[in-house]
Amino acid sequence: MINVGEILSNLWEQSGFASLFAGFTGDGWQNLVMIIIGCALLYLAIVKKFEPLLLCGIAFGCILSNLPGAGLYNQGLWDSYVNGTPYLVTGEAGEVIRTIEHIHFTDIIHYGGLLDIFYIGVKSSLYPCLIFMGVGAMTDFGPLLSNPKSLLLGAAAQLGVFAAFFGAVLLGFTGPEAASIGIIGGADGPTAIFLTSQLASNLLGPIAVAAYSYMALIPLIQPPFMKMLTTKEQRKIKMVQTRNVSKTEKIIFPILVTVFVALLLPDTAPLIGCLMFGNLMKETGATDRLSDTMQNSLMNTVTILLSTAVGATMTGANFLNVQTLSIVALGVVAFILSTVGGLLGGLVMCKLTRGKVNPLIGSAGVSAVPMAARVSNTVGQKYNPSNFLLMHAMGPNVAGVIGSAIAAGFLLSVFG
Amino acid sequence: MDLITLAPPPTEAVNALENLGVGDAGILALLGYAVVFFGLILLMAVVIALGAVFAAKAKKAAKAAAPVEAAPAVQAAPAPTAPGSAGNMKLYNVEPKTAAMIMAIVADKMGKPLNELRFISIKEVE
Repeated sequence: MINVGEILSNLWEQSGFASLFAGFTGDGWQNLVMIIIGCALLYLAIVKKFEPLLLCGIAFGCILSNLPGAGLYNQGLWDSYVNGTPYLVTGEAGEVIRTIEHIHFTDIIHYGGLLDIFYIGVKSSLYPCLIFMGVGAMTDFGPLLSNPKSLLLGAAAQLGVFAAFFGAVLLGFTGPEAASIGIIGGADGPTAIFLTSQLASNLLGPIAVAAYSYMALIPLIQPPFMKMLTTKEQRKIKMVQTRNVSKTEKIIFPILVTVFVALLLPDTAPLIGCLMFGNLMKETGATDRLSDTMQNSLMNTVTILLSTAVGATMTGANFLNVQTLSIVALGVVAFILSTVGGLLGGLVMCKLTRGKVNPLIGSAGVSAVPMAARVSNTVGQKYNPSNFLLMHAMGPNVAGVIGSAIAAGFLLSVFG
Repeated sequence: MDLITLAPPPTEAVNALENLGVGDAGILALLGYAVVFFGLILLMAVVIALGAVFAAKAKKAAKAAAPVEAAPAVQAAPAPTAPGSAGNMKLYNVEPKTAAMIMAIVADKMGKPLNELRFISIKEVE
């Protein structure tokens, strides 16, 4: 006669609940805490609308990878892949069946879970590059072309990247880790994920969460510093309309930038190449179908895969430590200093042009297209309702995207 | 088999970058910031040069087209405006239908009747 009690007992032991409540002596509590954090992130995404398109996926990926026994994401596989150490394949009873000396993507497809397979796209830099392609197809570089000096504001606003890098080294992070933390200041999610997956994939979860959370908080983070660093009169400055840019210029620009930046810093070629390829498809007027795919279906598909894969890296062991708190703190410092850098650049330009440039457009140099430009416009209109800074702020805003890609390229060439 | 020794031994250079000193980190931070500026300043120069070429081209084209356009302008008498009209308005790359919609929105936002406002021109900004 079958032993019903034993069957039920086995069922319980194999269930995730048993692992979850294995007692606070094991790792069960970490999974539980991470599931709660995942739910909190879902709340922020759905109710508070914090970058919901990405945060929803990140939060759900976090919940999925912390379900004990589901095996959707295996940190051990990726540790072996990154460190080049052997991976031990174990059987149901925990016995070692096979030792893989060097893990390759094919092994991950064979032995990994669903989220491991998703994560291959992050580790190979495929998703961040495809996202950049979509961003390029959605970006109008016209304001930048009509006012090329705004590129300087895009450069000035990378101050936070390097200040946070320095701060992270002071806090004891290794060089590659500090570089990955610093790039949060670029306010550019795909660039942060691209660089971190190359240099410090163990920090990918906290860095992605910090980057996207702070990007969503830009309307709260930036205005106090914009008011602190500028005078009322400066905020009221009306900027003159810039020249019209021809279609040919817009077509030549992406080709020119790709060749120029990739020659200057070859490590930026994947990001800048994809960004500018997407932009070229938009501007040609002959490839509308491709541009439409990049902007919508491709972008949406990759966003789903990227966000869940990044969320999957938020395992208890990776996330629940002092490092995460440091990253969250350094992230906000990076954002603030990037805003300050851009504003200081704006103030210098205001002085040099004898009040023709509104310094508020400087804060838009922190990528985060188009949110940061909108903030410049909103703050400007508060002091002069007939002042429309949006198009002027879009120049530094898209310059910030190129600036953060160059910063990432520099850090990758040093630490990669 | 020793599983741990299979990992490649770190070289001295890798170690130096892994465990950065404060001084080295400061130098790298300054260097990185300078490289970003350098790259974007060079790009700015290239974009300005590109813009100058196109501006010169556009000026040349406008100059060539000017005499053709100027001749009828002298002869043509201004069209009479409707009674109560605030005069003519110039449209640049904007359909009359779109212009009417824009004027209605502006009037609504300003809380003033449309016939009390005067629009000089409406231009599409690319």
